[in-house]
Amino acid sequence: MAGLKIDRVTRQFSDFKALKEVSLDVADGEFLAVLGPSGCGKTTLLRLIAGFDKVTGGAIWLDDRLLSDTRSHVATEDRGVGIVFQSYALWPHMTVAENVAYGLEVAGLGRAQRDKRVNEALELVGLTQYGGRMPAMLSGGQRQRVALARCLVMEPGLVLLDEPLANLDVHLRASMEEEFRRFHERTGTTMVYITHDQAEAMALADRIAVLDRGVLEQVASASTLYREPATEMVAGFVGQGIVVPAEMRGAGHGGTCAASVFGAPATLRCRPGMPARAGAKACLRSVDLAFAAPGEAGMSGTVRRLIYQGGFFRAEFHPDASPGTAFVLEVPEPAPIEAGARASVAVRGGWIIPEGERR
Amino acid sequence: MSKAFRLKLQDWGLLAALVALVAALSLLPLGRLLFEALAPGGTPSIATFEKVFSNPVTWRATGHSLEISIGGTILATAIGVVVALLVGLGDIRCRNAFVFCFVLPLMIAPQVTALAWLQVAGPSSPLLRAIGLAPAIGTPNPLYSREGIILLLGIEYAPLVFLTLRAGLRRLPRELIEAALAAGARKGRVLRTVVLPLMTPPLVAGIALTFVSCVGNFGIPAFLGIPGGYIALPTLIYQRLSGLGPAALAEVSGLSVLAGLIAVAGILLQNYMLGRRDYRITGNSLSAAPFELGRWRLPVEAMLWGYLSLVLVVPFASLLAISLVPIFGVPLTWASASIENYVYVLIDYPVSHRAFRNSLLLAASAAAIIVAVSAPLGYYLAWRGSRALKVLNLSAEMPYALPGIVFAIALILVFLKPIPVLNLSIYNTVWIIFVAYLGRFLVLGLRPVISGYHQIDRSLEEAASALGAGVLRRMRTIMFPLVAHAAAAGALLVFLMAFSELTLSALLWSSGAETLGTVMFSFQQSGGVNYASAIAVVTILVTLVLMLSTLLLGQRLPKGVLPWQD
Repeated sequence: MAGLKIDRVTRQFSDFKALKEVSLDVADGEFLAVLGPSGCGKTTLLRLIAGFDKVTGGAIWLDDRLLSDTRSHVATEDRGVGIVFQSYALWPHMTVAENVAYGLEVAGLGRAQRDKRVNEALELVGLTQYGGRMPAMLSGGQRQRVALARCLVMEPGLVLLDEPLANLDVHLRASMEEEFRRFHERTGTTMVYITHDQAEAMALADRIAVLDRGVLEQVASASTLYREPATEMVAGFVGQGIVVPAEMRGAGHGGTCAASVFGAPATLRCRPGMPARAGAKACLRSVDLAFAAPGEAGMSGTVRRLIYQGGFFRAEFHPDASPGTAFVLEVPEPAPIEAGARASVAVRGGWIIPEGERR
Repeated sequence: MSKAFRLKLQDWGLLAALVALVAALSLLPLGRLLFEALAPGGTPSIATFEKVFSNPVTWRATGHSLEISIGGTILATAIGVVVALLVGLGDIRCRNAFVFCFVLPLMIAPQVTALAWLQVAGPSSPLLRAIGLAPAIGTPNPLYSREGIILLLGIEYAPLVFLTLRAGLRRLPRELIEAALAAGARKGRVLRTVVLPLMTPPLVAGIALTFVSCVGNFGIPAFLGIPGGYIALPTLIYQRLSGLGPAALAEVSGLSVLAGLIAVAGILLQNYMLGRRDYRITGNSLSAAPFELGRWRLPVEAMLWGYLSLVLVVPFASLLAISLVPIFGVPLTWASASIENYVYVLIDYPVSHRAFRNSLLLAASAAAIIVAVSAPLGYYLAWRGSRALKVLNLSAEMPYALPGIVFAIALILVFLKPIPVLNLSIYNTVWIIFVAYLGRFLVLGLRPVISGYHQIDRSLEEAASALGAGVLRRMRTIMFPLVAHAAAAGALLVFLMAFSELTLSALLWSSGAETLGTVMFSFQQSGGVNYASAIAVVTILVTLVLMLSTLLLGQRLPKGVLPWQD
């Protein structure tokens, strides 16, 4: 049982605010990914939860135990939080088994019980026969498995993972992703997974928290983030949406509204009951765009480039109304159009970004 | 002659000239010393060693050398380890200022430290008299003893242990500590089970380096040991040579080889431990977040600064006090204070006046030439490294790693007779001291330049090379400008060490070719303590001013080039 509650947490470094009033609830047994570009504050958040660093505002609770606020601070060693580091952080002077046994030894477990649990943990990550090796003799993926075993042998209620796959090559990533998923299913541990890779976050997490410049932009399931981004930043960061001004022609009814984008009429999805407003922004993705069928209204512009992607082309389309904006359309082979050609593009879908929903 | 051939010739010519220079400054004298000890007069014989080893004086001096070196190393290690752990892992304030001051004893010549401490502990000590603890007038200074030598060696070299351990702690990735904390380990346990085991190689290397430095130290046993008749190997060599002159050369060669062997054992241990990177330390380069000392912070800070005031303020204030009283023994008051001693040693007394000029010129020109040699030499060692060049690096290191007195004897052997062909004699002139400084301090200028090169992307040079620039042009237009700051730092280190140096000039000086070190030494031996103190104060001031001036270079220097910059 370990639900994590982060309540308006702020972390200020001299004149730089790394985190600004971030609030986040992680349910017991949930797998939450914290996603954001580098420098967004996600590592700072992890270090605050782990207790390596102190908050300058707000509070962190694990279940009903106060871990950190401005007046009190439970030291890392008393938190009982498991951590898997990006660099693995295996102690190079200890064998694999000694690394895994360390926490049990600190906890004062007897030899027999220690060996039993170390063996179980190593078995779980498939490294039973490696107990006597030094970490330097292992491959990157094996080291990450040892780090995972070292963490799970303690049966912590909360596990923090700091970009655990960033140092691995693509093939290993997939198999380690699987490993984390199995680990989560088997133990039901609450997990907070820090990453800058949205594919990883989407593949693993129940919910994803998007951080940008110290501000929590949105917390939602992967599909909600993709379909209904709450802010422009999320729209652009997740799935490379393009954010453009949209003229709302009426209020939202039943989750859609009439609008026009650079002169092209469109029916866009939106929050039910959203009033029409000036200066609205829409998030369009390439699936929302297509070359206009004969007689269909669209925005006129120029196709500047065609890039072959294997089986299809990516066409870069610049509307006349805003030549600086580059829409990307996926066009199947053979291309019906050439670079430099004039074209009309219809908007067949999209999402009106709600206002003031950052949370 | 094709252009390609000309460029190749340039490259090889430059390298050959550098190899020849290093060989002449290092391999030639050290080889000559070995030859003298193993084949006196040209025929192989163990007669020299027989004579040296059958003399009980040799064994007593060797025993003394080992005693004070081991004792000094233990003391330096104890101080250095405690301070490095507190400064490296604890959240103490004013860390930079503390490190600057803590490293100071290492930058001050041993004989100056010795002189200062003698003023603290002797019967006429103003400090001890003030608190009524001074030894009775007429009794010997308690520092004239084995324990006194060990105490000062420990204080002088504690920064060496500190620096190697501190550098090791910097490279320790913070995740290794954090992972242990996350496993529930208390800070003491993290220190015992993670930090200290991982710090073993740098620590042992630092201890070995300290031991080697203690074996080679001349200033402290000369000032504290000779008056009490406690003779170590370096002081024995000095006494033999200055007593008997060149007639004693065969014997002192044997003694030098003995001292050299003890040092080499330490050097080998140091290299082995530094090379022992069995622990592949991975992780980002962030060093560990400091442990919060909490309510212990203030007591710890008080202890650290208290230590500094004990080893810096007290002795050097005493030194200053002595230098300001015109007649030794007169208590310092506003009325009795005068700068007479300074006027005398700087202007009136021709010998010390000349010594100032000599030391200044010797140190400055050695620094300039060493930098000029180091810039291209560092280039070949850092970027064009090969197995053969490693030997070159080792030969540049040897004259500094071996006891200074050993190197001085080696140079005397080479230059006692006029240089063949040129028929030029530099023995008994200032030039032999100059050559000695070049050989011994070359590595001080070389090391910063090499670390400078290591921090530059080599493709900068390769780009110039691809555009057809020869090695000389690349040096002038690309490499020199890029390593200039590091080279300046190296030049400064050379100047600091050479300016107040005693070990080499004690054996190599002659009338007209005195240095500050030798003049201080003779003032001290002939009872002119206040004059010696005045010279010592001036050298400390010069050292301090130069060290502080480097703070202006600040961030432009490669990390770890200047020991006093944390």
